Amino acid sequence: MKKRFGIALSFMLAAGTLLGGCGGQGGNNAGNKDTFSVAMVTDVGGIDDKSFNQSAWEGLQKFGKDNNLKKGRGGYDYLQSSSDADYATNLNKLVRSDFDLIYGIGYLMGDAIKEVAKQNPKKHFAIVDTVVNEPNVASITFKENEGSFLVGVVAGLTTKTNKIGFIGGMEIPLIEKFESGFRAGVKAVNPKAKVEVQYAGAFDQADKGKAIASSMYASGIDVIYHAAGATGNGLFSEAKDLKKKDPNREIWVIGVDKDQAPEGMVKVKGKTYNVTLTSMVKRVDVAVYDVAKRAKDGDFPGGKTLEYGLPENGVGIAPTQDNIKPEVLKAVDQWKQKIIKGEVKVPTNRKELQQFEASLK
Amino acid sequence: MNLNRLNQFFVPVLAVLLGMIVGSIVMIVSGYNPIAGYSALIYGAFGDPYYIGETIRQTTPYILSGLAVAFAFRTGLFNIGVEGQLIVGWLVAVWVGVSFDLPKVIHLPLAILAAALAGALWALIPGILKAYLKVHEVIITIMMNYIALHVTNAIIRSVLSDEGFKSQPIHESASLRSDFLDAITYHSTMHYGIIIAVIGAVIMWFLLEKTTKGFELRAVGFNQHASQYAGMNVRTNIVLAMVISGAFAGVAGAMEGLGTFGNISTKAGFTGIGFDGIAVALIGGNNAFGILLSALLFGALKVGALEMPSSAGVPTELVDIIIALIIFFVASSYIIRLLLSRLQKGAE
Repeated sequence: MKKRFGIALSFMLAAGTLLGGCGGQGGNNAGNKDTFSVAMVTDVGGIDDKSFNQSAWEGLQKFGKDNNLKKGRGGYDYLQSSSDADYATNLNKLVRSDFDLIYGIGYLMGDAIKEVAKQNPKKHFAIVDTVVNEPNVASITFKENEGSFLVGVVAGLTTKTNKIGFIGGMEIPLIEKFESGFRAGVKAVNPKAKVEVQYAGAFDQADKGKAIASSMYASGIDVIYHAAGATGNGLFSEAKDLKKKDPNREIWVIGVDKDQAPEGMVKVKGKTYNVTLTSMVKRVDVAVYDVAKRAKDGDFPGGKTLEYGLPENGVGIAPTQDNIKPEVLKAVDQWKQKIIKGEVKVPTNRKELQQFEASLK
Repeated sequence: MNLNRLNQFFVPVLAVLLGMIVGSIVMIVSGYNPIAGYSALIYGAFGDPYYIGETIRQTTPYILSGLAVAFAFRTGLFNIGVEGQLIVGWLVAVWVGVSFDLPKVIHLPLAILAAALAGALWALIPGILKAYLKVHEVIITIMMNYIALHVTNAIIRSVLSDEGFKSQPIHESASLRSDFLDAITYHSTMHYGIIIAVIGAVIMWFLLEKTTKGFELRAVGFNQHASQYAGMNVRTNIVLAMVISGAFAGVAGAMEGLGTFGNISTKAGFTGIGFDGIAVALIGGNNAFGILLSALLFGALKVGALEMPSSAGVPTELVDIIIALIIFFVASSYIIRLLLSRLQKGAE
């Protein structure tokens, strides 16, 4: 027994030295650099969340292709967080890999970006969806309330039961912005419609999204808008299941962040339906590309807050509009012009929503 | 006995090796280079002071949650509620850290003790139910986890913030972070909690092995009827064991609240530290010093894995599989143990 143990031990040690020896090379190939490099840290959703993180990554990929960068160190890359404890570690990892510009994708990463940016004042950072007041951080925010208002108009004019649903991810001010804008849009065109609001409590739990959607559709709601990231995938799967059972039933999903029309495709007896009414697109990709380009050109907007709204095409309704009636589209366009001209101020939280509703009467 | 001791050390090591070998097969099959993968893993865990700092930071709560699980194990209880007790401890530590303004010598210990107390109270309920009503502790502790998660979320929203999703940052006087550690580890999130965790391990060892009470607790775990016959109060001992286990879990939460994060945010799901604590305790053989080592293994795996996608190109999902394989082999070490004993018998 002792002999066997000794052999095992020496094998262990040998393996350790071997692996340890290789280890050194892993981190040190970032030294020489003549190209601009850029990377991002995703939230727990990952780059295939069919929503927010994916959109950001598409922006970076496009930037990489346009500038002949390679994926990886010295080019463009991403790291995925598996919990909130990973945010700072991942950001630091990118700092230490010597990327020129580092994105934190998502509201929840605000604290981590602030801390890491303070520790590395010479590095450039950008945060999407919240504001971090540091001279080396560019804050990218969107007027989600304006985009949500427009899909609210679509929902209000499309519903037949006058019951509309909203599924939020976590109950945070950012998602309240979606909710308030959406409810305002519905109320503006259809005062009789009721919007039921539910929060799933998470951005990555499709099963919860499906359960909420199931009870909403069962209660007679026919249009549901979600601002819940990957949780919203459950909403799509529920709507498609219902459509499979009864293709004549008119139920709709309004997607978020990206054009989610591909998520709503369902085939019933050889006929293709799409449960996606439209989507509120938030062009994270455009903003990410934009800031990367500016940083590359030496015009990094550090310490500034960039707001992407309707006029900047940062938010809006998706290009896939097959399921929307023409008169509804016309109404959407009218409201869009009103918002751009400043005639309508879209509420950003529930308090402003109450004032908005009062002003309609 | 001597052979047994040796096995206790040898089995987990063999399990880790087996896990790594199967992990490398998975990597080869999926077209990645396992040597590059594992080099990245090791570099990402111990490569330079920053990574070492992060590994130690990750190890700290693992030690304490492992101790919590192991303490209950040794006294015949299966505390699945470490996760919930940890969350409650985290909340209370931050609460104390935010609401008081005291000198550091009082404030920091107060916050940690409050967290321990909170964890202990959260474990007291299943303890009493088990001791007096014979309700199985596994069921209650699992349920208590959910209660803890959602109650703390509600408190964070309504009490610790104005309908927000996170609390204020704790005052400097309650923080475990230090400029010194920050400087020597190049801004890692490492904090002084590791010292507390090691002290916790010593306390557990001393309590269980060197005191009469510890003997009683273990005796009740081995055989309730015999202990009762010997004149021990079985019920109080069960409650006490749960409470102490919960206190360890509460302190693990304090490490996150006072060290790593410095605040608490609403959680969509469990932190996983409490559940990983079960694996940590198993790998560590429910032994205080074994747990120090197995917690370090877990910490290194978790932190090192973050390096695998960026420098070896191994996708995150594959990294999860490899880590799970290692844990799987360690957890199924019973099989290895059985094989070894067969081999030994054959040799004799």
